[in-house]
Amino acid sequence: MTKEKQPLEEDIKKLQKIVEDLSGGKLTLAEALKKYEEGIKLAENCSQTLQDAERKVESLMKKDGKFLLKDFSEDEEGKD
Amino acid sequence: MPTLQENKHIYTVSQITLEIGVIFENTFGNGVWVEGEISNFKAATSGHFYFSLKDSASVLAAAMFVRANRELKFKLQDGIKVICFGKIDVYGPRGQYQMIVEKMEPKGIGARALAFEQLKEKLLKEGLFDAAHKRELPFMPFRVGVVTSGAGAAIRDILGILKKGASCVDVVIRSVRVQGEGAAQEIAQGIEDLNEFNKVDVIIVSRGGGSTEDLWSFNEEIVARAVYNSKIPVISAVGHQINTSLCDLVADCFVETPTAAAKIIVDKKNAIFAQLDSLRHEMGFSVSDIIGVLKNNLIALKNSIKSPLDRLHEKAQVVDDLSLGLNQNMRQLINITREKTLALIHRLEALSPLAVLSRGYSLSMFLADESVIKSPAQIKKGDKVKTILSEGSFISSVEEVSNDQRKTTA
Repeated sequence: MTKEKQPLEEDIKKLQKIVEDLSGGKLTLAEALKKYEEGIKLAENCSQTLQDAERKVESLMKKDGKFLLKDFSEDEEGKD
Repeated sequence: MPTLQENKHIYTVSQITLEIGVIFENTFGNGVWVEGEISNFKAATSGHFYFSLKDSASVLAAAMFVRANRELKFKLQDGIKVICFGKIDVYGPRGQYQMIVEKMEPKGIGARALAFEQLKEKLLKEGLFDAAHKRELPFMPFRVGVVTSGAGAAIRDILGILKKGASCVDVVIRSVRVQGEGAAQEIAQGIEDLNEFNKVDVIIVSRGGGSTEDLWSFNEEIVARAVYNSKIPVISAVGHQINTSLCDLVADCFVETPTAAAKIIVDKKNAIFAQLDSLRHEMGFSVSDIIGVLKNNLIALKNSIKSPLDRLHEKAQVVDDLSLGLNQNMRQLINITREKTLALIHRLEALSPLAVLSRGYSLSMFLADESVIKSPAQIKKGDKVKTILSEGSFISSVEEVSNDQRKTTA
């Protein structure tokens, strides 16, 4: 639960803004290329976040009013 | 009418009432089943229920005391048809008999089904199913809480789909019993715990397929309320049943199977991927467009710049064009003039006196001054005369002059 994935939505909004700016056609080539580079980087980050395979499956327990997480065994998995 | 006689037994009202009670006791003492429709239902402050059972022709007063009625799984109300079990009792103070109901079942529909309908009605009125209360699922739920049995098929299905389709998603399982006594409380507690834990983006409340009985916990009020009160959006996925559960109705989104619940998340991920792709393409196109426009501008600029030599050539060409035109016009003018002249010459030739001579006539004139001789009076013998023919001339001397036109001699 430490992975910071929250900015994904923000990043996509930023990306949409960049696309809008670019399609407006009012940018100089230098500005456009800078935005483009920024946009590609954002898109890469977002894709990476979504492709991340380091997932955790945990079981939530409650003991004395405190929560604890235990790894959940997925042995049974796959026999749909 | 028999007359009053001393040897007849005379009852007091209380005695006869008691006797009637005994008859009822002997006849219906083991309890009877009575079917009817509830009317005039009243719940007294004591908790006892008073009502009538009726059919098309008769009415039977009835009471169900608190000890018996707290076992009821459904709510009594006027108009519902029931089957009651109990004794028939005589109530002396009013001279009435009534049924003391021990057990009651709704007729036609099971007690549970009726209870479900009643609860559904109640929650509907309270607004638990209102669309306005339903929240959007998060843009991309990276942390999914699942309230289900840790050993069930549901969690296996969910984990399998997520692993295959959205491996970026973490899962927190709050394992609960999903059927049997106390399951509803555990499910509700699980939802509350995940809210308190507050580290998941969405909660899936789920269990795999089963009979209506198996799935009943998800129809309990406590579960419905826990889902309603959850601050985290809830997906209800209560297995394969035809009728929707109360949990489904309250949830922000519901699907029929645990697999379908997990697929919602996979679909979200895929949709974002597709969006990213299209954004990337749009960016590429925009940059190409900008470059294309610049290129075109450059070409246009290049074309608009001309060297002085180019200008000179341009002027020369204009002059060439003009002179070419001039020449053509001139030539035409000359041709026209020539044709006009020729025509005039032809006409002139036709009018020439020489043309008359060609037909055999001749013309005579004085040799000295070449004036034409028009009359014999002008000449005398010995004058030198020049005679012009069409093809030449000759000179002669006048021998004789006569006035006879016909006898002119040369």
